[in-house]
Amino acid sequence: MRQTAAATVPQPALEDSATRILSSLGGLEGPLLPILHALQAEFGFVPQQAVPLIADHLNISRAEVAGVISFYHDFRAAPAGRHVVRVCRAEACQSMGANDLAARLQEKLGIGWGETTPDGAVTLEPVYCLGLCACGPAVQVDGALMGRADIARIEDILSEAAE
Amino acid sequence: MKIYLPRDAAARALGADRIATAIRAEAEARGIDITLIRTGTRGMIWLEPLVEVEIDGQRHGFGPMLASDVPALFDDPATHPRALGPVDDLDWMKRQTRLTFARCGVIDPLSLQDYEAHGGLAGLRRAIAMTGQEIVDEVKTSGLRGRGGAGFPTGIKWQTVHDAKAPQKYIVCNADEGDSGTFADRMIMEGDPFTLIEGMAIAGLGVGATRGYVYLRSEYPDAIGAMTGAVEIARAAGILGDDVLGSGRAFDMDIRVGAGAYVCGEETSLLNSLEGKTGVVRAKPPLPALEGFLGRPTVVNNVISLATVPVIFEKGAQHYADFGLGRSRGTVTLQIAGNVKRGGLFETAFGISLDEVVNDLGGGTASGRPVKAAQVGGPLGAYLPVSKFAAPLGYEELDAEGALLGHAGIVIFDDGADMLQMARFAMEFCAVESCGKCTPCRIGAVRGVETIDRIAQGDGAAVGLLTDLCETMKDGSLCALGGFTPFPVMSALTHFPDEFAPAKEAAE
Ligand SMILES: Cc1cc2nc3c(=O)[nH]c(=O)nc-3n(C[C@H](O)[C@H](O)[C@H](O)COP(=O)(O)O)c2cc1C
Ligand code: SF4
Ligand code: FES
Repeated sequence: MRQTAAATVPQPALEDSATRILSSLGGLEGPLLPILHALQAEFGFVPQQAVPLIADHLNISRAEVAGVISFYHDFRAAPAGRHVVRVCRAEACQSMGANDLAARLQEKLGIGWGETTPDGAVTLEPVYCLGLCACGPAVQVDGALMGRADIARIEDILSEAAE
Repeated sequence: MKIYLPRDAAARALGADRIATAIRAEAEARGIDITLIRTGTRGMIWLEPLVEVEIDGQRHGFGPMLASDVPALFDDPATHPRALGPVDDLDWMKRQTRLTFARCGVIDPLSLQDYEAHGGLAGLRRAIAMTGQEIVDEVKTSGLRGRGGAGFPTGIKWQTVHDAKAPQKYIVCNADEGDSGTFADRMIMEGDPFTLIEGMAIAGLGVGATRGYVYLRSEYPDAIGAMTGAVEIARAAGILGDDVLGSGRAFDMDIRVGAGAYVCGEETSLLNSLEGKTGVVRAKPPLPALEGFLGRPTVVNNVISLATVPVIFEKGAQHYADFGLGRSRGTVTLQIAGNVKRGGLFETAFGISLDEVVNDLGGGTASGRPVKAAQVGGPLGAYLPVSKFAAPLGYEELDAEGALLGHAGIVIFDDGADMLQMARFAMEFCAVESCGKCTPCRIGAVRGVETIDRIAQGDGAAVGLLTDLCETMKDGSLCALGGFTPFPVMSALTHFPDEFAPAKEAAE
């Protein structure tokens, strides 16, 4: 799903985290998604290097682990930009001008969906509904939700965050 | 001074946290002692952030609030420019039948004491005195049907799991709420999380399941936080655990976070995902009720289905069943969204017309332009033109219009909506979110986008192709993602044919 090439982390750091995460979550019923979320929370993406460790620990094939990582939109193969802007593209937000907002944002940032600005500052992602459909268009900037979003407010937040 | 302010994600997205800061600062500057209680939302999203101040034992509303409106709250509230009067007297509140959402926006979501003071746990206590079969019968009597979309009778599903013999059974709550225009699940989880926990515990006692999971989409961090906190509190209070409220029966549950796949809202895909697999849809049979999570008998129910169970047990199944229309019993938790003046959550007996919802409750469009269409039931639901707005909202009633109620989200569009583009988006969404198992869905949706693009370029012959393609998707898809995407597409084509004939239009 992602254009960005896979990234790596120092192997000892990875092994440390993976061991800790696997021993605390490995015993859950259906442990794989919690494990992947935990890795992503730690590194900002799911390092490819974790695949064999997870596969061995859970006694499933590497292909299965890799398949799961690529199936879900949430899991990243490389870190995102310093800020992530997610714009809702779903119907309710479209009815409130989300397409226009997205187009203007793409033009301003000079990037398309799933891309990061060359300076690594902003990654732009589509999202299909944030549950803010009665106050669209909805946008999420680094986790913070914004209803009735407009481009000026998104820029405000980004420039505040850059300071 | 007692002040209430929502912590609901929509209220926060509209600035509620800034209002909270301003309230605290102003109170401190004036040396006034306040208690600020962060609640769920009342559901009047156009009034958010909605502050409520208790005056003579009554909660008076002020909204939508700006930080600059805060100081005046501490002067004479009666003359405040945003004063709305007592919240319970507002038309939007008075016209509702709030059963599932009775506490939402009223209580502190994470206060068990508040929860119990407002009727919480009464249902579970009653259920504890009943046998599993009696619990299942009560749900059957209520007439409750699944609120996740398919409208399957909840009691019958529970009966199947109840009757299954297995060493372990599960209750899985579907909190994937991926449909555009829906947020009822989110609101109840943020505003009254204990009601979902109580509903799941009753389900567990009813069918003999001792473990439960809420599969909650990752797009809802606030709901994840509220549910996680509530589960910990419920466990510490003995509502969850080996001995549910001293009943001698066990039920415990955990929150699991999805990973951004719409198809994982489909119950078998959800179960695969919960097991840590790719969210590919499973063929049925076997039914999840017999072979669900880890191959064990599993109740999979939507958040609103389960969160409605406590009030059914508190007030009695018949009380619930007495509301509604035809075979749609009880209340529907409408989510009024999109280009609408007054959007939000409105709980009412089934049978209200779309016209009343859109034009009366909703007040027409936010843009002030004429209403063009409403999409009912999420991205797999039909676009209904204004001429169809007399339709009463009920499962069978919408079916008769070639539409579906789904999770009861209603998205309103003004006359600026481009219906060809909306049809294209439906196909594009299906292509992006397809689990890939069936060709008509995986490939068909991509062809659908191309075909609609050809129509847009003036190729009239492609309309026939699109119709055929929709037939193929309907017939050849395993689940409703591929099978129902034709609803929005074909309804747009049928009700707005001119927009699919741009070449002709241009020639005229
Ligand atoms: C593509 C697709 C997405 C779905 N998404 C959801 C969802 O987000 N939430 C939900 O409760 N049901 C969803 N459903 C319906 C579920 O498969 C299932 O019918 C429901 O969870 C059963 O619970 P209920 O009987 O309480 O409605 C979806 C179905 C399909 C085909
Ligand atoms: S219809 Fe689409 S989403 Fe559903 S099972 Fe088939 S390929 Fe998967
Ligand atoms: S459609 Fe955008 S938040 Fe729901």
